[in-house]
Amino acid sequence: MGKKNLTLIVLLVLFLIFPLVVHSDYYRHLVIITLIWVVIGSSWNLLAGYTGQVSFGHAIFFGVGAYTAGILATQLGISAWWGMMFGGITAMVIGLVVGWICFRLRGPYFALATLAGGEIFRLIATNWESLTEGMVGILIIQTFRSKLPYYYIALLMAVSCIGTIYFIMKSKWGYYFVSIREDQDAAESMGINTTLYKNISLLVSAFFTGIAGAFYMNYMAFIDPNVVFSLHFVSIMAILVGIVGGVGTIMGPAVGAFIMVGIQETFRSSFFGLAPKWVSQAHAMAFGLLVIFVIMFLANGVVGDWAKIKRYVFRIKPQSME
Amino acid sequence: MNVFMQTLVAGLLIGGIYCLIGIGMSLIMGVMGIINLAHGQLMMVAMYITFVLSSYFHIDPYFSLIVSMPALFLLGCILQKYFLNPLMEVDSILPENQVLMTVGIGIVLTEIARFIFSSDYKSVKTSYGGSAFFIGNISFNLPMCIAFLFAIFITVALFLFLSKTDMGRSIRATAQDKEAATLMGINSNRITIITFGLGAALVAAAGSLLMPIYYLFPDVGGPFTLKAFVICILGGLGNITGAILGGLTLGIAESFGGTYIGMGYKDMVAFVIFVLVLVLIPGGLTGLKRLIKS
Repeated sequence: MGKKNLTLIVLLVLFLIFPLVVHSDYYRHLVIITLIWVVIGSSWNLLAGYTGQVSFGHAIFFGVGAYTAGILATQLGISAWWGMMFGGITAMVIGLVVGWICFRLRGPYFALATLAGGEIFRLIATNWESLTEGMVGILIIQTFRSKLPYYYIALLMAVSCIGTIYFIMKSKWGYYFVSIREDQDAAESMGINTTLYKNISLLVSAFFTGIAGAFYMNYMAFIDPNVVFSLHFVSIMAILVGIVGGVGTIMGPAVGAFIMVGIQETFRSSFFGLAPKWVSQAHAMAFGLLVIFVIMFLANGVVGDWAKIKRYVFRIKPQSME
Repeated sequence: MNVFMQTLVAGLLIGGIYCLIGIGMSLIMGVMGIINLAHGQLMMVAMYITFVLSSYFHIDPYFSLIVSMPALFLLGCILQKYFLNPLMEVDSILPENQVLMTVGIGIVLTEIARFIFSSDYKSVKTSYGGSAFFIGNISFNLPMCIAFLFAIFITVALFLFLSKTDMGRSIRATAQDKEAATLMGINSNRITIITFGLGAALVAAAGSLLMPIYYLFPDVGGPFTLKAFVICILGGLGNITGAILGGLTLGIAESFGGTYIGMGYKDMVAFVIFVLVLVLIPGGLTGLKRLIKS
């Protein structure tokens, strides 16, 4: 246990001093984006990995959070940073509605109901122009010119998200969540109010995703419906981050976020300019192939199947040395 | 009144194609209990086959059905055999592994299409593309009518296949109770492979039939996957007659939404129906029928 804590402290210190050592805005930006994905992926994991309700619609909460912040700034004229508070709360309110409708369904049907939900929100944001500016999107002015403040806010957000989920999973709630995932009917017959606990899981998940959305608005200073309510680049990316890292593990989504953003950026920059240009168009394809590979061979993700990977690597090594 | 009738006719005609998409999805859902999230993407592949055949080999889009349906049947079988069936043995926390796999397959298919054909919008030009005939004051778009007739023909053929042949009966048996079917000596593994192929072939037919009236780009599949799912929810999950009803209802509802509410909200109609069905009549249209009977 002591060793584990030490690793965590070392990691945290590394993250704290990272922007002081690395001055390149590009790498700082990459880590900030990754931290946003850590939050979204971890929230998704709470609902899907621990509670077993695979959501294909986390873009709903991300987008609602982002739009709350944006609308506060454009319509009411107050700082978009208020969105960090209200974005999470609005996302929770929307989460209640989504839960009320979608928890009537189970398994894959739940997944698709949330997927349709995401599309509904995208279309609303596109068409309700008086509120959301439609396809034009919302543009605000960034508060800070340096990346440093954003970095530490994102880090705080990610750490508090993972910490909250860790403590929830240590508590009684956590056991309820897992029991719902393992066998909903059995959980129900043991006297667990499954609908209530599924909703709690959804609300916590929605809250953090909403905050991540509001932060995205503040950081990127521009959103439009096709970015924040995107099926592929938010909802499915959240799932990929979760399953690549490992569903049902605390650190899984965090690891997954680094892998996914790493792959995305490696391909987008054509292996940092080393490979021919067309490689930059292949990043979506790389995602698809990675999903297929991970599901077939590492069903529990990098963290969940870490023992398997280690065994495999160590068995291979002596052979290649010969 | 004229506008009303015109809207109804347009909705009904597109509903025929939606039926094909919905039936394919419904078959797969019924037999395997999974949702195929690559359904629209399979249709996109068929559309590209039709596009290539008609613009490079000058084969009429309707004749390309002869190629696109078997090709997609084969593709469906391969996907099921080598990508989806092996997952049954993989031990994992999430039971939705197969669904996630179809997402991956969908992404890869889309990106392959983008690689080969780029993201440009494509369409097929036919001599009859814009022609229409009139009955009274209502115009009937010719390609839509042909597509509708084809859709009816294929649906009837499918029904005959499912009710008269051994293979069809095995598919229905597996859908009803997989374990019992296995005990009766049905190779359920083989059935799932053929079912996925059939589902893919049906959606391929829909894609080829849409080609003369629709445009094509690599991301065209996504919205159709969603529509297929809405159709299935509307008709009752895994129910083929329900899928037909659902397809027609969706076509008509979209058409009315487009005419009377606004084109921007046309796509939203499907989702609103979807939510309403989930909240008010969870069993879909077939569930409603049962509800009224009892």
